[in-house]
Amino acid sequence: MIKKSTFKSGYLPYLLILPQILITLTFFYWPAVQGLRQSFFLSDPFGQSSKFVWFYNYIELFTDPLYLKSIMITVTFSIAVATVSITLGLFIATMANRALRATALVRTLLIWPYAVAPAISGILWLFLLHPSYGIVALAIDKWLGVEWNPVLYGRDAMIMITMASSWKQISYNFVFFMAGLQAIPKSLIEAAAIDGASSFKRFWAITFPLLTPTFFFLSVMNIIYSFFETFGVIHTVTQGGPGGSTNILVYKVYQDGFVGLNLGSSAAQSVVLMSLIILITFLQFRYVEKKVQYTG
Amino acid sequence: MKLKQMVVIVVGLCLALPAAVCAKPVTINWWHAMRSARGKVVDTMIKKFNESQSEYVVVGTNKGNYDEVMNAGVAAFRAKKQPHILQVFEVGTQTMMQSGAIYPVHELMAKAGFDIDWSNYLQAVLSYYMDADGNLMSMPFNSSTPIMYYNVSMFEKAGIKPLSKTEPITWDKLGEITKKLVDSGIAPAGMVTAWQSWTQIENYSAIHNVAFASKANGYEGLDCKLMINNPTVVHHIERLKEWTKDKRFMYGGQKYQGPKAEFIAQNAAVYMDSVSGIAKLKKAVHDFKWDAAPLPVEASMKKPQNSIIGGASLWVLKGHSDKEYKGVAAFLKFLSSNEMQSYWHKETGYFPITMNAYNDLKSKGYFKENPLQAVGIDQLNRAVPTKISRGLRLGYFVQIRNIINEELELVWNGKKSPQEALDSAVKRGNVQLRTFEKTYK
Repeated sequence: MIKKSTFKSGYLPYLLILPQILITLTFFYWPAVQGLRQSFFLSDPFGQSSKFVWFYNYIELFTDPLYLKSIMITVTFSIAVATVSITLGLFIATMANRALRATALVRTLLIWPYAVAPAISGILWLFLLHPSYGIVALAIDKWLGVEWNPVLYGRDAMIMITMASSWKQISYNFVFFMAGLQAIPKSLIEAAAIDGASSFKRFWAITFPLLTPTFFFLSVMNIIYSFFETFGVIHTVTQGGPGGSTNILVYKVYQDGFVGLNLGSSAAQSVVLMSLIILITFLQFRYVEKKVQYTG
Repeated sequence: MKLKQMVVIVVGLCLALPAAVCAKPVTINWWHAMRSARGKVVDTMIKKFNESQSEYVVVGTNKGNYDEVMNAGVAAFRAKKQPHILQVFEVGTQTMMQSGAIYPVHELMAKAGFDIDWSNYLQAVLSYYMDADGNLMSMPFNSSTPIMYYNVSMFEKAGIKPLSKTEPITWDKLGEITKKLVDSGIAPAGMVTAWQSWTQIENYSAIHNVAFASKANGYEGLDCKLMINNPTVVHHIERLKEWTKDKRFMYGGQKYQGPKAEFIAQNAAVYMDSVSGIAKLKKAVHDFKWDAAPLPVEASMKKPQNSIIGGASLWVLKGHSDKEYKGVAAFLKFLSSNEMQSYWHKETGYFPITMNAYNDLKSKGYFKENPLQAVGIDQLNRAVPTKISRGLRLGYFVQIRNIINEELELVWNGKKSPQEALDSAVKRGNVQLRTFEKTYK
């Protein structure tokens, strides 16, 4: 029997959700509408002249082969970051879940990297992997003889920013997987063990399905993370280079809008970026969520 | 009771006495991008101005790096809370000039009654901030130019004579030198360069009097087009690409950090960067001798042109009272005084902007004691700037530099030939120029 409670007065519920609506309107809808409007204009940054140009900014974008390349780079990058950080996050969580001693300490230490800001994470990795002064890069060159140069080669730069971006996200994923694992009843796993299921089988048949809600949530969060928050990493590590090979969409928005002061194009790019993330999230909910089992 | 009486008296006095006594001095706001050591120098200059008179008080505020200062200025202007003076980097010059938000410096000075002899200024610096008719739009503040640093210890080991500080060597000669250094195993690599677009294309073009863009590099019209895919520049990039094969040239990144690190670690023997590198190298290099020389020129160029500047200038923004503008004019005049200019130059390495200040330093034997500081100034002053070597006036210059950086990187990592890359840079750069033109037409 579900207990239903209703408001007696008609306006009270509206009053109660008013603050939330105001915040959403001011900080989300208003800027979004402004951005949408701006994307149809060519205007000088000081706001002295503004010209309505229909879809000029969008046409310029989509006839620029580099913009299309930038979309591809962003998608590749976010898939790479999500895959690496979810896989490693899950792996570490399963390991930590079995830890017998000093569990609290182990877990705390594993969560730490999440507290590092993306820009700092970028700098840390730069000190390791920069071809001129990175310790690891110099060691690779000296002992392994492998040519590693993210300043010159796009592939190396991509690997570097993927590592820097995934590293701190692993901790985030770890926390959620850890919580997910703790919520799985021990009795289920023990029962399977008695029935003779191997540890791999137990993981695949019991743990994994029960973790799907966590998986789904994290895949959405990680994609959004790699689309937007990795800005700090890109800014400190590659600035979109070499040759534009790590120029993800959000960085281009910043370059063209904030540094280059081309507000129209930058606004159009923001709109495209927003649409893209809406589309991806929609697809995830439409197709992936069907496979999620919310109850055990 | 007593307090009330006091207030009455003070108010009474204020009404009775001439306004000047009780009126607060006029505040002049200056937003700049000078931090840490340079920020302290700026603060000292402001302090000296404020102490030198009582009518005006200049308040300097650091608003972050160049991009952030520009954005702060834009946002403030839109909110009608703009400062009087805004420091803007050289690539933002065209945006500022077109903005309709500025009060040109030549007008400001004339209206304030200051008769300034502009011919006494370093022309290569001034011309960067003039309009097509030769009127000064903004006051040059911090200006630098690229020069060539080299590892003297390595040169000595290879038996190469030290380079002249005034007469540039040829690019062919640099090729021989770097070959000798690399082949003998004395240097792991020959040259590195910071800010490749600025040093290897913008300055290279100016020195060889080759147009970077049509319409006198954009000074004479927004409908200009890039021209950097000309044979001279293409040949230069081809040569650098050729040099990457035997390590006579090594790519160290778009900015200065990577190339500088290679030079300091003695991985490269020659390093091209702004004169501001002098202070950085003095601080960081302890285990070898180094020196500086002008940038190399082509053998065919008997009389090389001046190099061009980088840095920033001070723009006066619209929307303030005449009284305040008088103060702004007085402050700008104060900044260009000999005393301030030599102080600024000695502390930061940026050029003094007047010939007076330069000659003053010279007569005091400063350049004899600091010969490194003269290299850049001599390179700037060695010729009268032509329409091509005076500077660049391009819309969306930030984006254009990004494009050039991207395309050059594709040359260095072998994805494109120099001709392809520069053609593509011109094509993509022109799209930016057209959008800019459309915005202001």
